Amino acid sequence: MNEMTKIETTLKDWETDQEVRWCPGCGDYAILKAVQRTLPQLGADPSKTVFVSGIGCSSRFPYYVESYGFHTIHGRAPAFATGIKLANPELDVWLVTGDGDGMSIGGNHTMHILRRNLDCQILLFNNEIYGLTKGQYSPTSRQGTNSPSSPLGSVDRPASPCAFALGSGARFVARGFDVSKNLPDVLKAAHAHRGAAFIEIFQNCIVYNKDIFDDFAAAKGVEDQQLWLQNGAPMLFAGDTKGIALDVENLALKIVYVVDGDWQSAGVITHDVTNRAVAYMLVDLRVAPKFREFPMALGVIYDDPRPTFDSDVVAEREKSSAGRVADLGKLLSKGQTWTVED
Amino acid sequence: MATVSAERETAVSHLGDDSPEAVVVRFAGDSGDGMQLTGGQFTLSTALAGNDLATFPDFPAEIRAPQGTLFGVSAFQINFGSSEITTAGDAPDVLVAMNPAALKTNLDALKTGGLIIADTGEFTKRNLEKAKYAANPIEDGSLAKWDVLAFDISALTIESVKPFGLGNKEALRCKNMWTLGLALWMFDRDRQPIIDGLNAKFAKKPDIASANIAALNAGHAYGETAEISGPLQRVHVDSVPASPGLYRTVTGAEAISLGLVAGAQLAGLRMFFGGYPITPASAILHNLVKVKEFGVTTFQAEDEIAAICAAIGASYAGQLGVTSSSGPGIALKGEAMGLAAMTELPLVIINSQRGGPSTGLPTKTEQSDLYQAVYGRNGDTPMPVIASRSPSDAFYCAIEACRIAVQFMTPVILLTDGYIANAAEPWKVPDPSTFEPFPVTYLEEKNGPDDTLLPYKRDSRGVRPWIKPGTPGLTHRIGGIEKAIDTGNLDYSPETHQTQTDARKNKIDGVANAIPEQDVSLGETSGRLVVVGWGSTFGPIHQAVRRSRKKGLDVSHVHVRHIWPLPKNLGQLLRGYDNVLVPEMNTGQFKTVLRDQFLVDAKPLNKVSGQPFAIAELEDAIATYFDGVPGNEGGDIPVNDTQLPSPEAENS
Repeated sequence: MNEMTKIETTLKDWETDQEVRWCPGCGDYAILKAVQRTLPQLGADPSKTVFVSGIGCSSRFPYYVESYGFHTIHGRAPAFATGIKLANPELDVWLVTGDGDGMSIGGNHTMHILRRNLDCQILLFNNEIYGLTKGQYSPTSRQGTNSPSSPLGSVDRPASPCAFALGSGARFVARGFDVSKNLPDVLKAAHAHRGAAFIEIFQNCIVYNKDIFDDFAAAKGVEDQQLWLQNGAPMLFAGDTKGIALDVENLALKIVYVVDGDWQSAGVITHDVTNRAVAYMLVDLRVAPKFREFPMALGVIYDDPRPTFDSDVVAEREKSSAGRVADLGKLLSKGQTWTVED
Repeated sequence: MATVSAERETAVSHLGDDSPEAVVVRFAGDSGDGMQLTGGQFTLSTALAGNDLATFPDFPAEIRAPQGTLFGVSAFQINFGSSEITTAGDAPDVLVAMNPAALKTNLDALKTGGLIIADTGEFTKRNLEKAKYAANPIEDGSLAKWDVLAFDISALTIESVKPFGLGNKEALRCKNMWTLGLALWMFDRDRQPIIDGLNAKFAKKPDIASANIAALNAGHAYGETAEISGPLQRVHVDSVPASPGLYRTVTGAEAISLGLVAGAQLAGLRMFFGGYPITPASAILHNLVKVKEFGVTTFQAEDEIAAICAAIGASYAGQLGVTSSSGPGIALKGEAMGLAAMTELPLVIINSQRGGPSTGLPTKTEQSDLYQAVYGRNGDTPMPVIASRSPSDAFYCAIEACRIAVQFMTPVILLTDGYIANAAEPWKVPDPSTFEPFPVTYLEEKNGPDDTLLPYKRDSRGVRPWIKPGTPGLTHRIGGIEKAIDTGNLDYSPETHQTQTDARKNKIDGVANAIPEQDVSLGETSGRLVVVGWGSTFGPIHQAVRRSRKKGLDVSHVHVRHIWPLPKNLGQLLRGYDNVLVPEMNTGQFKTVLRDQFLVDAKPLNKVSGQPFAIAELEDAIATYFDGVPGNEGGDIPVNDTQLPSPEAENS
C-alpha cells in the first residue's frame, strides 16, 4: 500500500450495521475479525479504503466492513480493482476472493493483476470447495474429493494458489489460516508491501468441506505441522526441534533434526523473503504429493517489491502529456486541413 | 457533409465529359500492395481539392494473405464529386487492378463502359492460375464491355526508382505510389501534399521517401507524356460549394475518439478507457492512447471482460469509464454491463459492429447487433442505445452517449459499424465553445434524514447520486445483488425487486424526455411510404429517397439515432405513412423493435452480404410501392417482395 495519513479507529469503526450471513462456525468470521482488528493497527482510513470482491461466500466480505465496498461479478474483482486504483491511486484497495472465484472463473484476472503488480492486497480464501453453490469440488480440491458433482471422487488435479501466484510474477506471496493468531501479522506485512500482495488463507468450510485443513490449521495441537517463516530467521518448526535444510544433491528442501538448538550445524537455512527460487520450493511443501510429510509453509514466503502498475501508468501518462496543453479545438483540427473561404 | 444535394444522378463515364458531377474509383490489389494507403492518400488529395467524398475500404481478415490469391485482395473505393456525396458509390467508373485476382474479384462491380487500369507485369501465368483464370483476360477479349488500359506498371516502377539502388522487392513496394501518381494526374490533383506526407512519414529513411516520391512523379509523368490515345483522359471534378470554415477528413474511429474526449471534457471528468484488441474496434484504443494530456487513461486489458470491468471500476471511482469492442467482445461484456446497470454507474460501451455470428466477417460490415444492444442481457436490464449514421455523426453521438451516461447514471451503448469506423469523409471542424457542457456533481455529504447516507435515493428522474470512494464519511457498499430502496442494503424481497426493477426501467424510459424528437431527414411527415433507417445505411437510403422523390414518388426518409429509448414522437410519426420500409444490414432487427413498440406494419429490406446497400437496390425496393414507375412499370411487383438478396430472409 502507498503512503497514507494514518488515522485512529477501533475495531468497532470497521463493523457495518449489516447482519453477517455466513454459516455459524464458518472460518470467514475469524478472517473478518482478523481484518477488522488489523485495520486500526494500520491506521487505515475507512473513507480511503475499498474492499472489492467477486462472487462466492468470501465475496460477501465487503458488506461487513465499514469502508467503501464493491461486490462485483464472478472472478472479475481484479479487473474492477485495477480500474479503481488507476482512477484514484490514493485509495487503499483490498481484494477478497475465493478458490473458485480467484483460481477458476477468475484465474485469468488473478494472473494479470499479479504480473502487472497493481498496488493492492489480495486475500484468497481457500476452502477447497464451492460453498455458495452447495458443495461442488473446486479447482483446489484434492483429487478424489466427494461432492455433489463428483460422487465418485473428483478426477481433476488441484491447482496450487501460491505456486500459481509466483508463476504469475507476484512480488509478495504469503499464507495464513482463518483461526491463526498470526493472521493479523501476515495482513500487516501484505499491507506494508507496495504492489500486489497475495495471501492464501486456508479457511474451514464447516458445511461442505469440514476440517479439511485440520492436520495443520486447527486452532490447537498441530503446531508441529506449521513452518512459520520469518525473514532472516532459521526455518525451524516443531518446537525448534526440526528445521528445513537444502538437499543439494536433489536440489530440493529436506527436513533435518536440530539438537540442542544448534540449527547451524544441522544445516538449517535462514529465510530470505527475496529468494524467489526458495519461495518456489516452499510453496510446494505439504501441497505437492512428493513433499506431503513436510510442514505447511506459513507467513510471508516471498516479498521483493518492484515498481507498481499504478505508479507506472501515472508516470507514463504524465510523461506523455508533459508540455502538451489539453486544447480541444486544436485536437479537433489536427492533421491535414483545408479552409473553404466565404 | 451537408451541402447542395445532388449525388450522382446518372452514371458518369470518365469519357466525354470534361467535368463530371461525381466519379467512383476503386483501387484493388494484393493485401500487401498498399491499396489502403493508396486509397487514404488519394482521399486526402481529393479532400484538399475541395470535392465532397465518401470512401469504402474493403479488406480481407488476413493481414498478409498468400500473394496473388482471390481471398487476399484488398480494395479501397472512393466516391468524390462536386456535390453532396453520402455513399461510397454503387459501381466504380474506374477500377485499378494491380493483379489478376484483384481484377477478377472486383470486375463485376465495374460500370459498363468503365475504365480498367491493369498492371500487366503481374498478369503472369502463375498469378493467372492463382486467380483461376484459364486465359489472360486482358488478351482474350473478355473485357470488351470496358475500356482497358494495360501496361507494365511493375517494370515502370522499377525503372523509376533505379537511382535509389533498392532491391527488386523494395522497388516493387513503390508500385502503389506510381499508381497513385497516375491517378493524381487523371483527376488533376496537386502532388505536393502527398510528397510532404511521404517526407514526413519516412523522415528517418530519406531513401525510401525519395524512391516513393520518384515513383509518384513517374506515374504522374506517365499520364502527362505517354502517347496514349483512347481511354486515358484527364478529368476535372469541380469542388463542392461548401459552407465556409475549416475542414479535415475524419474516419468513424477517429470521430468517436474525439467525441469521447470532448464528452469527458464537457462533463468535467477524466476518462478511463478499457479495451482489448478486436477488429474493427481497435483503432479507438490506438487513437485514445495519444491524447493523455486530456486526462485520458487507457488500459489494454487481458480480455474483453476485464476491459469493461476496469472501466466500471474507474466509473465507480469517479471517472468516465468507457469500453469498446465488436459483437463477439460485447457478448463477453454482457454480465458486466448488467452490473453497471444494477449499480447504476455511468459507462459508455461502443460496439463497432461486424458480420456475425461468432467470428463471422471480422473486416466486413453489418448491423446485426441491434438485438444484442437492446435486449442482449440477462434480467430486465434496459440500457440507452445510440447509433451513428456516418463518420462525422459518430463524433456527436459519442458526446451524446457521454451525456446520457452521466446524467442518468447508466451504461449507454453506442453502435457504429465496420463501414463507419474505417470510412473517411470531409468534416467541418466544429468550434468546441458551441458545445453545451453537462458538468457532473458528486455527492459530498450525507443525503438522508438523521445524518444517514442513502446511496440509492433517486431524484425526480429516478437517478441516484454518484459517490466517489475517498469522499470522507460516505462509506457504503454497492453490488450486483438486489437492493433496498434508498439505502442500497441487500434486499431481495418480492416487493423490493418489483419496485427496483420498475425504477430502473422507468429511469431509462425517461431518457426519452432528454433526447430530441424524431425529425424527417427528407420528405414529408406523412404520405405513401417512409423509409426508416438507422446507422450507416443513412447515405444510400438518403440518396435513394432523393432520387425517387425526383421521379415524383411520395416517399420520405426517417433516420433514427436514438434506438433505445425511441424518440417519443416516433410512433405517431410512422403511423402517418401508409407504408413503412426498414432497410437494414441484418435480417430485420430494427423492424421488429418498431413493430413491438408501435404496432406499425414495418416491412423489412435486408442485406447481409458484408457490403453496404447500393443506392440502386433501395430505389428498386422503393419503386415496388408505386405502380407504373421505372423498376415496376407494370405494377406487377408485389409490395412485400422487397427482399435483397434473398426473399427467404423476410421475417414477418
